[in-house]
Amino acid sequence: MKNSMKIVVVGNGMVGHHFVEQLRSASPQADILVLGEESRLAYDRVHLSEYFSGKTAEDLALTTPEQYETQNIRFLTDARVVDIQRDEKQVVLESGETYSYDKLVLATGSYPFVPPIPGNDQDHCLVYRTIDDLEAIQASASCSKVGVVIGGGLLGLEAANALKEAGLKTHVVEFAPQLMAVQLDAGGGRLLREQIEALGVEVHTDKATTVIGKGESCRYALRFADGSSLETDMVLFSAGIRPQDALAKKVGLDLGQRGGIEIDDVCKTSDQNIYAIGECALWRQRIFGLVAPGYQMARVAASDITDGELQFNGADMSTKLKLLGIEVGSIGDAHAKTEGAMSYVFEDQPNQIYKKLVVDSDNKKLLGAVLVGDTQDYDTLLQYALNDMVLPEVPESLILPNVGELAMPAAVLPDSAIICSCHNVSKGDVIGAIDDGAGDLAAVKSCTKASTGCGGCAALLKTTFDNELAARGVEVNTDICEHFAYSRQGLSDIIRVEQIRSFDELLAKHGKGLGCDICKPAVGSILASTWNDYVLSPDHVSLQDTNDTFLANMQKDGTYSVVPRVAGGEITPDKLITLGTVAKEFNLYCKITGGQRVDLFGARVEQLPLIWKQLIDAGFETGHAYGKALRTVKSCVGSTWCRYGVQDSVGQAISIENRYKGLRAPHKFKMAVSGCTRECAEAQSKDVGVIATENGWNLYVCGNGGMKPRHADLFATDLDTETLIKYIDRFLMFYIRTADRLQRTSVWMDNLDGGLDYLKQVVIEDSLGLADELERQMQRIIDSYECEWARTVKDPEATKRFRQFVNSPDSDENIVFVQEREQIRPATQAEKANKLKQLESIDVRQLETEEA
Amino acid sequence: MQWTTICSKDDLVKNAGVCAKYGDQQVALFLCSDGQGEEVYAIDNWDPVGQANVLSRGLIGTVNDTLVVASPLYKQHICLKTGACLENVNSNVNAYSARIEGNHIQISSSAPA
Repeated sequence: MKNSMKIVVVGNGMVGHHFVEQLRSASPQADILVLGEESRLAYDRVHLSEYFSGKTAEDLALTTPEQYETQNIRFLTDARVVDIQRDEKQVVLESGETYSYDKLVLATGSYPFVPPIPGNDQDHCLVYRTIDDLEAIQASASCSKVGVVIGGGLLGLEAANALKEAGLKTHVVEFAPQLMAVQLDAGGGRLLREQIEALGVEVHTDKATTVIGKGESCRYALRFADGSSLETDMVLFSAGIRPQDALAKKVGLDLGQRGGIEIDDVCKTSDQNIYAIGECALWRQRIFGLVAPGYQMARVAASDITDGELQFNGADMSTKLKLLGIEVGSIGDAHAKTEGAMSYVFEDQPNQIYKKLVVDSDNKKLLGAVLVGDTQDYDTLLQYALNDMVLPEVPESLILPNVGELAMPAAVLPDSAIICSCHNVSKGDVIGAIDDGAGDLAAVKSCTKASTGCGGCAALLKTTFDNELAARGVEVNTDICEHFAYSRQGLSDIIRVEQIRSFDELLAKHGKGLGCDICKPAVGSILASTWNDYVLSPDHVSLQDTNDTFLANMQKDGTYSVVPRVAGGEITPDKLITLGTVAKEFNLYCKITGGQRVDLFGARVEQLPLIWKQLIDAGFETGHAYGKALRTVKSCVGSTWCRYGVQDSVGQAISIENRYKGLRAPHKFKMAVSGCTRECAEAQSKDVGVIATENGWNLYVCGNGGMKPRHADLFATDLDTETLIKYIDRFLMFYIRTADRLQRTSVWMDNLDGGLDYLKQVVIEDSLGLADELERQMQRIIDSYECEWARTVKDPEATKRFRQFVNSPDSDENIVFVQEREQIRPATQAEKANKLKQLESIDVRQLETEEA
Repeated sequence: MQWTTICSKDDLVKNAGVCAKYGDQQVALFLCSDGQGEEVYAIDNWDPVGQANVLSRGLIGTVNDTLVVASPLYKQHICLKTGACLENVNSNVNAYSARIEGNHIQISSSAPA
């Protein structure tokens, strides 16, 4: 292309904007002019309904005037193109101005189809497409109580969400017999309908609206072909889209029979200097009404203009989305229209889940799928469909619960297995990243984005990465991070052998840099489980995660929750009253935890010492719910009360909890004691489980609940209490010394060479000759226990940190609560915005009265 | 450059953060010391990912020699010198010039050089 080529883009929707970005990055010199019809530059239409849940036009914006200016992109808003003079190669605006082009790109998008129903042009009959439309909807909704969406497709349900968010009684009217008829089959549509109706949105299918007339209780009444009617204050049309091709038609470009600007494989129209992309374009008689294919066209057009070779080859129309909070997915041939296609259907009515697989006549390939209520299989299924992969022997295992879960070792996972579902990263992507030179986990994360979303896949990613390196004969780097060339176990040995008491000392002797959020808490934990010094001492305070620093659990809004220890779940009436009194005084939300204690939520950082002062005065201790430490020892009521109990499980649980409370470990850990084999305390789901027998206690180890539940293994039987405690001491201390950071007991044991048997040898038979040392180290920790909160409330230096501001007594204004089920909960962003608006209007009123 | 004294040095905690009010804004202040010298850094306290005022309560450290704080909510890393988020450019925050003057901590609304 010529350096100074003039490119004019008509339309600044998502696709038009994407084209501009692509072209600019391919050609820094091209002279780009954007002509947008709306008053604002490109914004995110996919998330339009979030405008009603608190997002602003700025939040939705994809660019800003400043950004376009820095990219040297000229643009005009409110600029309507009324003509194209193809011979002179120039466009004419409504104002009469003309702009010449070398290449013209039409990204005019689509407009909402309004069915030709008498009465469809009244004031409160609106469409849902632009931010201006949303403003009109908001204005109309503010003087309406009931709203109807005509159209039960994807966009219609989005629009229904908007009306519901605006607080209206919402109805959806659909001409077809089911919702989302394009993407879902009848079964999926039925379940979706049930779920939507459970949210209070009424769904009317098989309804052809014949007229919008005057209502009795509401502003309007819709009358249907079957004689029924529906009263409403406003109507939103969302009955499909039509390509915005009027301009193309006027200047004689080739159009499809039912509209749409015809384009070839490089997105050129019948005029060699004019391209069309996005929803206005018709490729092989198809319009693509999703953003992803539009983006593909944008890339193809930009490539063609800059002499690239990309081609548009159609696009997959599979979708995964959340409608009114309900997960919906549709892949390929969802309706099993392919000849010979067969289906597998799984329906779980109690949990409102529907899944269908459509397979080919050989039962070998996946043709399509429908998912409602649960789309976690979507990524895997899409891989099968897109890559033409051969299905497993039992195809239904792909949608049945608890079959083929990721418990399988990473080594046998297929390359297509999704490791990180937030960023859709497969095992193959991870391997690809390693092929491209990513030598450590951090590099894999930064180039694939895996594990940077919710982080739930961190362990699976690490195992996948380690296995892959091991398979290549590469020595796996077990360095804890870039600051220390040692594993956690190595650091633990160094600290113990060299008697190192602080992070700074360790860093100076064995590390480099300043440390980070990985090595600091890990070293803090090792120091605590070796020396048990006060965690908030000046030497240690900067090592702790915020939960350890403030001895409480940070919640999503920056407030904290408080959990006092209730050993064994046994609590006196007086202590219960104290919890209630404190919760009332500080207006805290109360919830019973799974560990048989009470969690108090919504404490501001500056309230924590005040709350704890009262709790400690009443005899409570910290529960260490914030630490990588022992949480609780759960118990059943045992032989004292229970007619089946054979031992005093509560007494044993309390004594065990008091022995190990405050013990820091590589991961949090839990214990339980059951008074008989009925196992009411669920001890076999704990890191350490104890079950009473007629002759003593059975010990189980390495169980856990959580993301990957695992039953504990039987470790020793019929122990007396002294031996039981001795084994637990050794087991825990061996774990603390040798496990990796954030490694649970189960994973730690599985990774020990020899597994459970080896562990028995070390703990029971003392094969390493370590037993005495492990017991001594445990005794030292137990002897030096002190309640961190008891010490903190007495220490003015330590309480100084519990302030929102070092230079003001104010509180954080962003912490706002609302009432729900008679207690507080954090306000949503939308509720906060509303509250601010109310406050502002109150201020104004006060001012007015003052002036008067 | 206009400097405002915002708090005293004693209010800070070595190698950790505190929050101070600067006009109506919440600013996270970090005192970093590597044994040789001390430096103070100031960025927004607002965590754009977690949507809460918490950055002052994150852990500080270095990632590839960049001095950062890790958000206590979702652990993204913010450069203390520039406010840039290492994981996602859309989550950058403002950084402010800051200095230690005797026992005073001063900041300026202009971005650091």
